[in-house]
Amino acid sequence: MNAANPSVRREAVGRRDEVVSSHFALWLTAGIVVTALLTAASLLVGTSSIRASVGWLLAPDALSNTVLWHIRLPRAVGAWLAGALLALGGAIAQGLFRNPLAEPYLLGSASGAALGVTVSMMATDASLAGLAWSGELGVTGAAFVGACAAITLTVLLSRGVLQTASLLLAGIVVAFLLSAVTSLLLLSSPDTWRAMQAFLLGSTAFLSWHSTILLAVVFVVCLVPSVLLSRGLDALTLGEDTAQSLGVSLPALRLALLTLLSLATAITVGQVGIVGFVGLVAPHLVRESFHISQRRLLVAAPLCGGALLQAADLLSRWVIRPAELPVGIVTACLGGTYLVYLLWRRARHA
Amino acid sequence: MAVFQAEASAPTRLGIALMLGFSILSCAAAAIGVSDRTPPAADGPIVLRDSAQHELRLEHAPQRIVTLLPSLTETVCALGDCSRLVATDRFSNWPASVMDLPKAGGLDDAEIELIVSLKPDVVILAHAARVTDRLRDLGIATFVAETRNFADISRTVAAVGGVLGVPERAQILNRDIDRAVNEAVAAALIHLHGRSPLVYYEVDSGPYAAGPQSFIGELLARLGARNIVGSELGPFPKLNPEYVVRHNPDVILLSTKEANTVGNRPGWERIRAVQEQRICSFDPQVSDTIVRPGPRVAEGLRAIADCLTRVAP
Repeated sequence: MNAANPSVRREAVGRRDEVVSSHFALWLTAGIVVTALLTAASLLVGTSSIRASVGWLLAPDALSNTVLWHIRLPRAVGAWLAGALLALGGAIAQGLFRNPLAEPYLLGSASGAALGVTVSMMATDASLAGLAWSGELGVTGAAFVGACAAITLTVLLSRGVLQTASLLLAGIVVAFLLSAVTSLLLLSSPDTWRAMQAFLLGSTAFLSWHSTILLAVVFVVCLVPSVLLSRGLDALTLGEDTAQSLGVSLPALRLALLTLLSLATAITVGQVGIVGFVGLVAPHLVRESFHISQRRLLVAAPLCGGALLQAADLLSRWVIRPAELPVGIVTACLGGTYLVYLLWRRARHA
Repeated sequence: MAVFQAEASAPTRLGIALMLGFSILSCAAAAIGVSDRTPPAADGPIVLRDSAQHELRLEHAPQRIVTLLPSLTETVCALGDCSRLVATDRFSNWPASVMDLPKAGGLDDAEIELIVSLKPDVVILAHAARVTDRLRDLGIATFVAETRNFADISRTVAAVGGVLGVPERAQILNRDIDRAVNEAVAAALIHLHGRSPLVYYEVDSGPYAAGPQSFIGELLARLGARNIVGSELGPFPKLNPEYVVRHNPDVILLSTKEANTVGNRPGWERIRAVQEQRICSFDPQVSDTIVRPGPRVAEGLRAIADCLTRVAP
C-alpha cells in the first residue's frame, strides 16, 4: 500500500468517482432491472405443474394464489435479500480486513450456525424437554444463536477487535474447532447427519413471509449504518496507519462494522443455511466492473449479490425440474467458475 | 443385554413413552368416536397428538395423503390405503404402485410447492422441523410419527391408523405384524439350533456398524445373534476397522456392493467370517426391509434369519 501521499490519493479517488458516476447510475439501473426480471421469472418457475398465463395471473384460484404469493414470491424476495445481506457482509469484510479473499463467514459464523443446528437436532432426538426447547427455537433460531456464539468466541480469542490479523486467525481457529465438534456430534447421531447436510448445502426453499420480512428489516438495519461508515472504509484502503492519521477511530469503526457483519451473516445463515460464494464473489463482480468507492460498493454489492442468489435459486429450480438442486451447489458452481476466470485473467494481464 | 439397554436410555424411553402414550390416548379417543362404524368407512372428525406434541385436527378422514418417509408410505399401504396417497418422498419404493406417484423430495428437502399444489389433507412425516413449520405455515395439516425402534413400529401403525380413520385396521395390522415376527423368530431359533453367532452388521463402509441400540441391532438380538458392538457405542458407531478384526465376528452382514471386496481390507483376511466365507450380503430391496422400521419388519427378520441359518457356525 502506498501511503506516502494520502491527499493526492484522495484527490485521485475523487476524480475517479466523478468519471464513473454516470457509469454507476447506469449500472445500478441495470441491476434493478435484472432483479425485477429475475423476480418475475421466479414467479413463473416452480416445481408444481402450475403454469402462468395472463388469465391465471388476473384471476388466480386459491391454490395458484398460495403458490404464487405465499411460496414463490416470498422465496424470490427472500433469496434476493439473503444474497444482498451476504454480499453486504462480504463487502464489509473485504474492506475491513483489506483482503480480497475475505468473506462473510470468516469470523466462524457458518460453523457456529452448523453446530447450533446440530445441537438443536440432537436435543430433539434426545428428550421431550429437548423437543420442546428446540421446537421453540427452531432451526433458524438455533443457527442464529450458534453463529452469534461463534463470532463472540472469535472476538474473545483475538482479545477484542484491535488486530485484524489476529481476528482472521481466531476466525479460522474457531471455524475449524466448531466444525470438528459438529462432526464429532454427527458421528454419534447419523440420523442428524442427513438433516444437517440439507442445511449445509443452503436452501431458499423454506423462505416464508416471516423470514423475508425479518431479512428485509435486518438488511435496512445493516445497510444504512455501513454506508454511513463507508468513509472510514475508504480511508482504510490506504492502510491502517494512514486511516488513523486521517482521524478515523479504528477500534470504533471495527467494532461497528464487525457488529453489522455478524448481524447480517447470522440472520442470513439462520434463514437460508450456508450459501457459499455469494458474499465472496459479489463485491468482486462489482469491483471488476469499475473502480469504485466503498460507499458505492456497499450499495452495488448487495444489488449484485441479491441478483446472483436469485439467479442461482432460479437455476436450482429449473435445471433438474420438477426436482430441485440445493441452491448452495449452484452458487458454488457459478462463484467458483467466476473466481477461476478472474484468476486466469489476472495471470494473463501479469 | 436388552434389559441393560432399556435402563441405559431410560429418560429417552420415558420421553418417547410419554408422548406416544398421549398419541395412543388420543387415538383411543378417536377410536371411541368412530367405533360404531365399520372399519373402512370411518369418517368422523379426527383429533390426534403427534410425536412432536402437535395437535392434528381433521374434519373428515383424510383422502389425499402425502408421506415423506418410506416406512410411513409402507405403513399407509399396509393399512390398505395406498390409493389415498397423492405423493411420497423420493426414497419410497414399496409397494410398486407408489413408484408412479409424484416424488416430493426427501424428508429434509421436501418440495413444498409440489406438496401444496397437490392439496393434501395431511402430510405424514418424521421429525423435520423446517419442513413441518413451513407446511403448517401454509395451512397444510401435518402429522409427525417418529419410529426409531422395534416397539415404535406398533405405535406408529396405531397412530397412522388413527390419522387415516381406520384404528381397527391398525389393530389388525399390528396383530399380523406381531404374529409374523413371532413366527419368523420361532422358525429362526429352531433352524439355528441354539447357535448364537457373533455378528458384525455393516451399515456403511465407513465402517459404520449397527449397534444393539439400533433397530437393526434389535432384530439381530431377537434372532439370538451377539453383536460385536456394545450398546455403549451408540446406535450406529463409526468403528476403527481394527475393532472388527480384533473382535473377529463369526458372520459379517453387509450390502451386496461391499460383499466381494470386504476380504481385501487390510487385515480383514484374518477374520473368521471372511476366512470361512460366512458373509450375508443383502440387495438394496432386501436391505430396505431390514433398515426400515415398518410393516415389513418380519420380512427383514426372515432375510437375516435365512442367511444366519445358512452360514452361522
